[in-house]
Order: sequence, then structure tokens, then C-alpha cells
Amino acid sequence: MHKTAEAPEREAPDDTVAIRVRGLKTQFGSQVIHEGLDLDVRRGEVLGVVGGSGTGKSVLLKEIIGLIRPAAGSLEVLGVDMDAADEAERRAVQRRWGVMFQDGALFSSMTVAENIQVPLKEYTRLSRSMMDDLARVKIAMAGLACSAATKHPSELSGGMRKRAALARALALDPEILFLDEPTAGLDPIGASAFDELIAELQRSLKLTVFMVTHDLDSLVTICDRIAVLVDKKIVVDTYENLLRIDHPWIQEYFHGPRGRAAEVAHAEHAADHAVAAQAKAAQAKAIGAES
Amino acid sequence: MVTAAAAVADDEARIDSSVERGVTTLRLAGPWITRTAAPLDHDLAALVRKHPSGTVVLDLSGVSVLDTVGAWLVHRTQEDLATGGATVRVEGVSADQKGLLEAVSRVERDVPVKHPERNILYDLALRTGKSTYHFRDEAVAMLSFLGMLVVKSVRALLHPGRIRFIALAHNIETTGLNAMPIVGLLSFLIGVVLAYQGADQLARFGAQIFVVNLLGVSVLRELGGLITAIIVAGRSGSAFTAQIGTMQVNQEVDAMETLGLDPIDVLVIPRVFALAITLPLLTFYASMMAIFGGALMSYFVLDISAAQFLQQFKAAIGVNTFWVGMVKAPVFAFAIAMVGCYEGLKVSGSAESVGRLTTQSVVVSIFLVIVLDALFSILFATLGI
Repeated sequence: MHKTAEAPEREAPDDTVAIRVRGLKTQFGSQVIHEGLDLDVRRGEVLGVVGGSGTGKSVLLKEIIGLIRPAAGSLEVLGVDMDAADEAERRAVQRRWGVMFQDGALFSSMTVAENIQVPLKEYTRLSRSMMDDLARVKIAMAGLACSAATKHPSELSGGMRKRAALARALALDPEILFLDEPTAGLDPIGASAFDELIAELQRSLKLTVFMVTHDLDSLVTICDRIAVLVDKKIVVDTYENLLRIDHPWIQEYFHGPRGRAAEVAHAEHAADHAVAAQAKAAQAKAIGAES
Repeated sequence: MVTAAAAVADDEARIDSSVERGVTTLRLAGPWITRTAAPLDHDLAALVRKHPSGTVVLDLSGVSVLDTVGAWLVHRTQEDLATGGATVRVEGVSADQKGLLEAVSRVERDVPVKHPERNILYDLALRTGKSTYHFRDEAVAMLSFLGMLVVKSVRALLHPGRIRFIALAHNIETTGLNAMPIVGLLSFLIGVVLAYQGADQLARFGAQIFVVNLLGVSVLRELGGLITAIIVAGRSGSAFTAQIGTMQVNQEVDAMETLGLDPIDVLVIPRVFALAITLPLLTFYASMMAIFGGALMSYFVLDISAAQFLQQFKAAIGVNTFWVGMVKAPVFAFAIAMVGCYEGLKVSGSAESVGRLTTQSVVVSIFLVIVLDALFSILFATLGI
């Protein structure tokens, strides 16, 4: 192998990539969880991460946000090499992402508004009334009633806690949003409402969303691409293409009974779109004919 | 395109205002984002305070980047100007920015996000009133818990087969056996201190030998039981609250109830009985250790030999003194275990309440122990024991 002929070790920074993982290795004791894992998360996409239990989905998320150090490999977030970056650079990048943990991880001694204002107080010099306004804005954006602002996390239901956590994750207008099992523990109506909310926020705030999930419905409806953790590596593709990949776990996952239900829903979704488009076309024709 | 945007983004965010034929135009330019918002907030608020009348145009075409903070500023200014009587138009909004502006326009501005701050005196009165009611409610609830516990305890004593002996034995081990080192050490040290201080004072009258009386009466009547009860309240009472509280958080107590198990029978009775057995034993042990410590001190400091000590002890301390101390122990035990279990069962929902109620459990049980001790003193005084 010729050294110079190889691609340069550090690939040129790419504006279209938000997160770049190269050759990631994770090891707990003698147990290897990821090995040689490569992943690109594109800017502005919603990426869903799935995998069997113990394949290290949440671990991968924690490695990217810097809570766990990988055994080997490089991590680049928003063009910054997180390993080489110094404290100040890392903080600067941290300010550009928001994380929503599985159970919300809201500070239990503070009200929802105070929770949202924690990063604002830490990183900005806005006036008090402005911060109160912003708390209202974020609460409304997360789909909570304004009356939730003065409540403590223990007074909220599970779904409301998740929304409050989302509001806190959005406090600094992040570019990347990390979500750990956002719909786990929600009823189907709450879960699909949450999916819609994420999709809407993603559109209006131009977010890149990295979402660990097990919810096949949200994978199918809101994810642009799906990353599957198998054999210590990751396979990324769109839902349609993943269905055709010949791997036992992937087949089992997407073609199992729940997978099939999601598939039907997906097909209906697509069909609805087609019908709507047809109807629109017909309507346009009718209008054209009338005039 | 990207480089051009970046060049503009480096620019500072600003507001250029111009007035032309009664139309005030505010040209917003640069990055309107969280980082740059603080001065903009200030400037816009100042502009609004001037109450410009007529038509005001907010021109966003120069804005390079807009985030929710910037969008909120635009929206707020627009609303404030409109309420001030001006006609407001927002122009030059790109398709992306439109979505953001719409998203922030759904906010209800008047809803308070903070609990209103109140007058200190009002607050003081409010809190006094609240805690008085709280105290009354707590006392009533604890009394009813006491009643239920007495009924169930009597029932358990009548049908000893229903007592869970494994749980009982386990609790005896954790509350009794495991407490022996700390209870023993502390009592020993108290005995040492008491003898030393007593000897100092009594030596002035040449009455050193009465240190034995002092030690015997104070330890057997009061200190042995009190110290043990306080240590056990801090050690086992808090543990009861934390154990049962954690089970409440995990809904284990609810699960028990649905399986037809009575949490009082399963969780509370074994703990109460275990403590009722171990606390008298610990009290006896603590008293012996304290007297031993005192005797040791007397030997070294006052040259009172063991034989002398025992002789004086026998002459000075009646068996009544011993029983007066011991009879209090099961009552203390009942109070500590009851409070510990009661606070544990009161835990609801969050892990935070486990911590709060554990603290409360220790405070209340030590308070009760001292109150009960005082009541016993009055009782014994009137009985003349």
C-alpha cells in the first residue's frame, strides 16, 4: 500500500456534514461494542439510530456529545475535531447542540421556565424580561401550555416532561438536536404528536436531528435516513433501501410483525400523498376548465 | 453564497432607522441571533418607548441569520408598536424566516413564568399559617397511623403465625447487631466523659466516690436509653424511610397491594417488632458500656478499684433505677419505627421526596423521643419512683 496514494488522514471539512465519525471503537472491559464504526450525519437531516439492545445506541450518542470517551477513532462535530479541540472550542461546539435525555433529565428543584433559562443564564447576557419571554417562546414551541412554566418537573406528566426537556434542549437555538428515545413511554397519540413536533421544529429551525429510537413509526414517518447498528458497525440508508438489505437482524427488524405494520403505514402514507397530488391535479384541471 | 453569508454574519447586527414622509423605516441588518441579541433588545425597547406613530416598516431584507431570539425580537417589536397605535408592516421576510416568525407568534405573553414575588410580611404570615395547618394535618395523620399500627400489632401478636419471621430476623440483624459497634463506642465515651467531669466537681468536696452514684443514676435512668434511641433514630429510622420510600418510587408498594399483600403486615410490622426487640437490648448494652467506661475512668483518675466501684454501685443504685430506664426503650422503639415507616409510605413520585422525607423522619423521631422522655420523667416524678 502506498501511503501517499491513500486519502489524506483528515478529510477536508465539509459543510454538508454535521457529524463525522471515523474508525470509532468502544470497549468496556473486554467487551467490544463498536469497532471501526464510520458515520456521517448530514446537515439538515433527521437520522434515526436503531439496533438491538446492547449494541450501543445510547453509548454512541454519549460518545458524540462527549460524555463517554471512545477507545479509538475520531469524532468531528460541526467541523471541529472534538478530540483535538481545547476546552473553549469544545464548549463553543456544545453551545451549538441540544440534548434531550430519555427521561428528560430536568433539574427537579427548578420550574420548567427556570430549567429553560439555565443555558440562557450561563451563556448569554440577555435581560431578565427577555429571558422570561424566551422561556415562553420555547415552551410554546415545544407544544406545552404556558401555564406549565411555573410547574416543577414532578408536577408534569411523562409526555409534558419530554416536551419540557425538548424546550430546554432548544434553549440556545442549537444546530444539532440529539434525542434519546424521544417517544419511549408515550401513548401512540402522544408519540405521533411528538414526531410531528420534531418534524415541524426541524423544518422551521433547520435542525440536524440525531435520534436514537425504537419507534418504527417515527423512523418511517420523520427520519430521512436510518442508521442500523449491526456487527459493531453501522449501516446507514433510507428506509426503502434498508428493506432490501440482506442481513438477518435488519430483515427481522423491518419485516417482523411490527415492521410490517409500519411498512403498511408507510405505503398508505405514500399513497395518501399520491391521492392528494392527484386530487390537486384534478382540482386544478377543474378550475382551469371552469375559467 | 456561503462565503457571502459568512461575511455578512461577521458583521455586527444593527438597526438603521430613517423617517421619510411620515413612514418610519427600521432596516434590520446582520445576524439576529442569541449572541447578538442583548444590545438589540435594548435598542428596540428604547424605540418602542418613543411611541412612533403613523406607519412603521420593519425591513428584514438585510438580516443574514435569524434564530428564535431574533424572531422573537421582531415579533415583540411589531406587537408593541401596534399596541402603541402605529401601523406596522414587516417586509423583506424570506421563506425560512417566515416559518420562524410564525412559530414565535403563538406565544401568550401575559402568562407569568415566575411565581409572583410577595411582600415579606405577607409571606411570613402565609408560611406560618400553612405550616400550622400542616402540623395539625401531620399530627392527625400520624395519630391515625398509630391507631392502625396498634390494631395490627395486637392482631399480629394474637396470631404470631402471620408475622414474617425472616423479615423480622433480617431487621433485627440490621438494626440491632450491626448497630452494636457504634452504639457501644459512643456510650463508652459518654461514660468516660461523665466520670471525668463528675470527678472534677466532686473532688472539691472530697466526695469522689459519689461519682459512682452520678454515673449509675444518670446512665441507667436517662442517658443510656436516650443516646441509644437517638443513634437508632438516625441510623435505622432513616433507613426505614429510605427503604420504604424507594419501594414507593418503584411502585413496589402498589404491586404488593395488588398481589393481596398488606404493606403494613409485610413492611411495617416486622420493622416495628424488630426495633421493639433490639432497642431494649441495645439500651442495656449501651448502659453497660457507659458504666464500664466510667469505671475505667474512675480507676485511672480517682483510684477507685473495681471492687469499690461495684460495692458503691450496689449500695447506691436500686433495681428500680434500672427498670425505669429499660421500660422506656420499647416505647422509643415503637415511636422511631412508626415515624420511619410512616414517612416512607408517604413518599410519592419523585426520588427527591425520598431525601426530604428521610430528613423529616429523623427530625420527627428524635423530637418524639425527647418529648416522650420528658413525659416519662413527669410520670415517674408523680408516681414517686
